[in-house]
Amino acid sequence: MFNKKHLALLASAGSLSLAGMATAQADTLEDTIERGAVQCGVSDGLPGFSAPDDDGNWQGLDVDVCRAVAAAVLGDSEAVNYISLNAVERFTALQSGEVDVLSRNTTWTTTRDTTLGLNFTGVTFYDGQGFMVSRDLGITGADELDGASICIQSGTTTELNLADYFRANDMEFNPIVFDTSEQTVGGYQAGRCDVLTSDTSQLAALRIQLDDPSASMILSDVISKEPLGPVVRQGDDLWFNIVKWTLFAMINAEEYGVTSENAEEMLNSEDPNIARLLGQDGNYGEGMNLEADWAYNIISQVGNYAESFDRNVGMDSPLEIERGVNALWTDGGFQYAPPIR
Amino acid sequence: MIHNKETIPQRPAPKGTIGPVAWLRGNLFNGPINSIFTLLGLYVLYLLVVPTIQWAFIDADWVGDSREDCSRVGACWVFVNARFSQFMYGLYPSEEYWRANIVFAMFAGIIAWMVIPRLPFKRWMTLFALLIFPVIAYVLLHGGYFDLPRVSTHRWGGLMLTLLLASVGMIGALPIGIVLALGRRSNMPIVKTFCVIFIEFWRGVPLITILFMASVMLPLFLPSELNVDRLIRALIGLTLFQSAYMAEVIRGGLQAIPKGQDEAAAALGMTYWKRMGLIVMPQALKMMIPGIVNTFISLFKDTTLVMIIGLFDLLGIVQAALSDSRWLGFSVEGYVFAAFVFWIFCFSMSRYSQYLERKLNTGHKR
Repeated sequence: MFNKKHLALLASAGSLSLAGMATAQADTLEDTIERGAVQCGVSDGLPGFSAPDDDGNWQGLDVDVCRAVAAAVLGDSEAVNYISLNAVERFTALQSGEVDVLSRNTTWTTTRDTTLGLNFTGVTFYDGQGFMVSRDLGITGADELDGASICIQSGTTTELNLADYFRANDMEFNPIVFDTSEQTVGGYQAGRCDVLTSDTSQLAALRIQLDDPSASMILSDVISKEPLGPVVRQGDDLWFNIVKWTLFAMINAEEYGVTSENAEEMLNSEDPNIARLLGQDGNYGEGMNLEADWAYNIISQVGNYAESFDRNVGMDSPLEIERGVNALWTDGGFQYAPPIR
Repeated sequence: MIHNKETIPQRPAPKGTIGPVAWLRGNLFNGPINSIFTLLGLYVLYLLVVPTIQWAFIDADWVGDSREDCSRVGACWVFVNARFSQFMYGLYPSEEYWRANIVFAMFAGIIAWMVIPRLPFKRWMTLFALLIFPVIAYVLLHGGYFDLPRVSTHRWGGLMLTLLLASVGMIGALPIGIVLALGRRSNMPIVKTFCVIFIEFWRGVPLITILFMASVMLPLFLPSELNVDRLIRALIGLTLFQSAYMAEVIRGGLQAIPKGQDEAAAALGMTYWKRMGLIVMPQALKMMIPGIVNTFISLFKDTTLVMIIGLFDLLGIVQAALSDSRWLGFSVEGYVFAAFVFWIFCFSMSRYSQYLERKLNTGHKR
């Protein structure tokens, strides 16, 4: 008896709080359609991820997420208001509703996912702390770095990860700390340290600032996990689904070989996976209140995941980061998207 | 009596006391120690200037449109060249640049009108600049009226934003500062307490904290429907911060005016506002010119702090451009350019203040 009453109480409290949430959390999709643009939070300049090009258009892997969401929701990848955020204010901007998607090189961690009222929608880039060494040293792995002097950009996690790694492997190192990335590169260039450490995505950007980039190499060993992905507010599951499946659509498109160039021909494809992806067989946008061609819009306007990766950070960009763990699961990487069906 | 009616013609000064050689000998080589230091100084100057000129001009690359056009021996001005319009207008859409240009031109015209003494109607011009021009500038830059497409403020940037922040800060801070300074000297306890608290509060916190509060904390306190534009938040924070400093500069000037001036004016039957407006303030403001301009120059440079709240002022947009993966590694060129632009503005402000001081000099100078 008590149990039932208790349950009923709980249920009513639950529905009350749900109702409260629904009114407090405005309908992001509806607001976006009404505004005609996606409010997207990006960095204030991060090579390969988000930076304005010569014509003032934002470019980068993180930016492509914003464009893909705009293509899926509004059918126009250009309908994005970019709001540049620094590391401190990024979560506030999302919580306060200034932006609806935060696509700003943000590492997915327990604290951020569970205590800030935010949801991570997936991983656009599996990053991790790595090392850059001069080729002359003949070092091939991180375990050979005992006694090395290491240039670090002051930033607690980088330093902490490094200390953890060396302690765990019972090795010594001599840290040389700099304030900005330019100083770090300068210190490495001037020979003040043997090794430079940072996230691998940053190492690539630092390497091409060297006088002779080919004389240095980035070790394949990675000592920390930094999965980067887009973030949305908690409490609007429809919007959460849209952003989540936007990325999945791009990854699936790569897997099925659909690109921005061949998307139109692929509309006639016999492959049922492709037909479902492009909305030719059933309407899988319905559950997200989107049109059947939502994924077609993403792929034809922004491209699939491989195109976006290569253009911004991969081999077609100055950064020349290899796919590595960011390759598809079929190629030995981590990128895996649930099927569209 | 013999006397010579002809004046003896003036003779030139003895050789070796005039001319550049004499000047050199008198000032730079008058003794072995001075000679050594002069030579040493010249050598250091040579060491500094020659490589700088070599880097900035002789070895520099000027034409092209990508990093491949730069030899990287000297400066790569190609980078600044390619990004020039972005440094001026930020991410403002390029087809709407004409709107910003009109505002720039009007702004320059108003400044010129105020600075050139011969031009008439100064008072009307001031009213126009303070009341009508901001409206025109807002309508043109922001759009949304008269079929002008809307350009939201997060696309504003570059020198345009720097000038906007600085001029709004200056124009807003001066009157608020005057009122606060008068309030702090007032005999009315509530007014005085309020002004003291206001000034001490805003002077007691760093500008970075204020900008951070405005951009990070404020949105959390406000209801989500009330979304105050971040540029407006920055402008309000900057103006209030600057007005507290301005108030103290003005109070310093007010204290330099002998009490007799105020008392004499009171004896003539003038009201408080007349005494202040006609007797005290004109004398005080004139003396405060160096202090006021000093505050303005520091405000102009402080505007770069808005970078930390994600607004792209001149320095911010230079840094954003540096993070474009196709232009990595040209930070020196970018920063030199930004420094040069800032120097031009600050130096002209300082020259103008010196001119004003000379013009308004009524012989009190010692």
